[in-house]
Amino acid sequence: MAEAVETLKGSTLPPQRDAEAERAAADRISMATQWQLMWWRFRKHRLAMAAAVVVLFGYTIVLFADFFAYANPRQSDAQLSLLPPQPIYFFEDGQFRPHVLGLTGKRDPRTFRRVYEPDPEKKMYLTLFAQGYEYKLFGFIPTNRHLIGVTNGRAEDGIFLMGTDLQGRDLFSRLMLATQTSLTIGLVGVALSLFLGVLLGGISGLYGGVVDAIIQRLIEIVRSIPTIPLWMGLAAAMPSEWPITRIYFFITIIIALIGWTTMARVVRGRFLALREEDFVTAAELAGASQMRIIFRHMVPSFLSHIIAATTLALPAMIIAETSLSFLGLGLRAPAVSWGVLLQQASNIQAVAITPWLLIPAIPVIVMVLAFNFLGDGLRDAADPYG
Amino acid sequence: MVSYIIQRFVAGILTIIAASIIAFVVIQLPPGDYVTAYIANLQATGTMVSMEEAAALRIQYGLDQPVYIQYLKWVGLMLRGNFGMAMEYNRPVLEVIGDRMTLTVIVSFAAVVFIWALSLPIGIYSAVRQYSIGDYIFTFIGFIGIAVPNFMLALIIMYVSYRFFNVQSIGGLFSPDMALQPWSWAKVWDLITHLPLPAIVLGLAGMAEVVRIMRANLLDELRKPYVVTARAKGLAEHRVILKYPVRAALNPFASTIGYIFPFIVSGSIIVSLVLSLPTVGPLLFKALIAQDLFLAATILLLLAVLTVIGTFISDLILMWIDPRIRFGMEGSK
Repeated sequence: MAEAVETLKGSTLPPQRDAEAERAAADRISMATQWQLMWWRFRKHRLAMAAAVVVLFGYTIVLFADFFAYANPRQSDAQLSLLPPQPIYFFEDGQFRPHVLGLTGKRDPRTFRRVYEPDPEKKMYLTLFAQGYEYKLFGFIPTNRHLIGVTNGRAEDGIFLMGTDLQGRDLFSRLMLATQTSLTIGLVGVALSLFLGVLLGGISGLYGGVVDAIIQRLIEIVRSIPTIPLWMGLAAAMPSEWPITRIYFFITIIIALIGWTTMARVVRGRFLALREEDFVTAAELAGASQMRIIFRHMVPSFLSHIIAATTLALPAMIIAETSLSFLGLGLRAPAVSWGVLLQQASNIQAVAITPWLLIPAIPVIVMVLAFNFLGDGLRDAADPYG
Repeated sequence: MVSYIIQRFVAGILTIIAASIIAFVVIQLPPGDYVTAYIANLQATGTMVSMEEAAALRIQYGLDQPVYIQYLKWVGLMLRGNFGMAMEYNRPVLEVIGDRMTLTVIVSFAAVVFIWALSLPIGIYSAVRQYSIGDYIFTFIGFIGIAVPNFMLALIIMYVSYRFFNVQSIGGLFSPDMALQPWSWAKVWDLITHLPLPAIVLGLAGMAEVVRIMRANLLDELRKPYVVTARAKGLAEHRVILKYPVRAALNPFASTIGYIFPFIVSGSIIVSLVLSLPTVGPLLFKALIAQDLFLAATILLLLAVLTVIGTFISDLILMWIDPRIRFGMEGSK
């Protein structure tokens, strides 16, 4: 406790010898709410703060995926198949005028591969908030504005930040949409496993005895079954003619089926620890109902732990979805997710000839790391007195 | 001690039974059965199958009966050492699986050996030289291991080896000319030389986790007063560290191996598909797609048995290194 006060003071106030200021600081800490203490503690964790920024950035893309995309991610063009990433030229005759060069595709007579040559005569100038393909912002506001675009011509013919796939669709734009799918599927999955975990873990910790023993055995069994084969079995059970939305929902259930066990353990442990606390006994003696004790007194005191556990569970969900879709058992085209994009890079030929198709691996790694760091920071902050 | 072993053994048996039910039910979940998939396949190539033929096929495989009877029949067969027919191959399941199960065990075991052999020294080094450059480097590698799903690691290694070392074929467990030959010492050696890559791909995430736990445990131990006492007595530094704190820190290390094993086995499935290893992974994948009931259920079950055995062994190791468990004392689980 004393140590925590020391470190908190150090972080929030410049070191002062003035006794009054010290008392004010001590007052400030003893007056601060639990959440304030946690925030102060969390703020000190640099890596976690950086991770929080990355996560926020990721979910900004989720909200505005079509806005960040510049080319229609659903439109294929055989003329632009497997185009490598193209550079943006920022200067023209010493002046800042970002532009891209138009491309002409030819087939190499010897290897039969399509090769593309930039045409220095065909310049397309870039602009912000350009008009492009039509889409609905948040699903209901029709618009055609995009973050970047070209003034003369179509963005689909000019900008290729990450190249194109086999069907000639722009990889960057598809990646934006994939981010939307992959990051929300993790959230929904984690919400489901949170619900199951809190329910079963709560029951287990609260009632104890036989119920506890049964639930604990169940958790042990679920945990000792190899997850990926089980997922594969469940995912293969989905009929291929199902609509995307239903497959999406089913996938979240499948990945939540495993995730809940960790959550249940956290909740149970907390319940067991809190059951003996003085304030719970006090509430009982004061005649509070069991529901009131749980939701008014116990849950708020371990809510922060649950938030941390949830954040740490997200990367596993993202990896699960990516792996399943990569195998072709999860989401399928026309749905787009990181795993669906990576599926095109699943063999050595693809990897060797078209390495840019591996780019979707980067957001997976970055987001998984960010969630891990954020979760670590939250877990430390969840216990501000520790 | 005996009661502890019996307790773990019973738990293992229960898990296997539960796994067999789950495996069977999961395969039965999709609408239709193997015959539907089979007929659809035949129709795609232009062959028509009459209703009578379909019904005859269903009776032949027992697919016309309720699920629980099919399950009990399958269990009955298994107890007699027969795992049923692999419908797609029209051969007994065991024959189809053949060497693949052994190879799965070998690959998983190689990954565990990799984890153990490296995480112990790295964990000790990182704890003793906390915040040194080496510690930071290993922490960084650890984060990579945690953040990169192993199939992606396989892809990246494939790309790097092609791009920078110009290795055309990577993966597999045997050289092309060895794959079809009968077992011999040369073939075993060939297998051993092919093992490191899948072991690293499979084991990196687990290694990162074990190093993290080992480091944290050892750091906790090193701060305890008895270590100061040992130093004050003038004990050599390596003895101070290796004699007591490492042994005390080993305990959670062994239990981690228990739950890392299921991860490795399930990871091996997807990695096998990417690296084209002749393990049960690709077979399971095809069987699931074709709804090949007995083959898929048997593989799922055998994988579950494998993890249960792994967990059981880790329990035994735990008992061996921790006297509190061996003598059933307070504070043990």
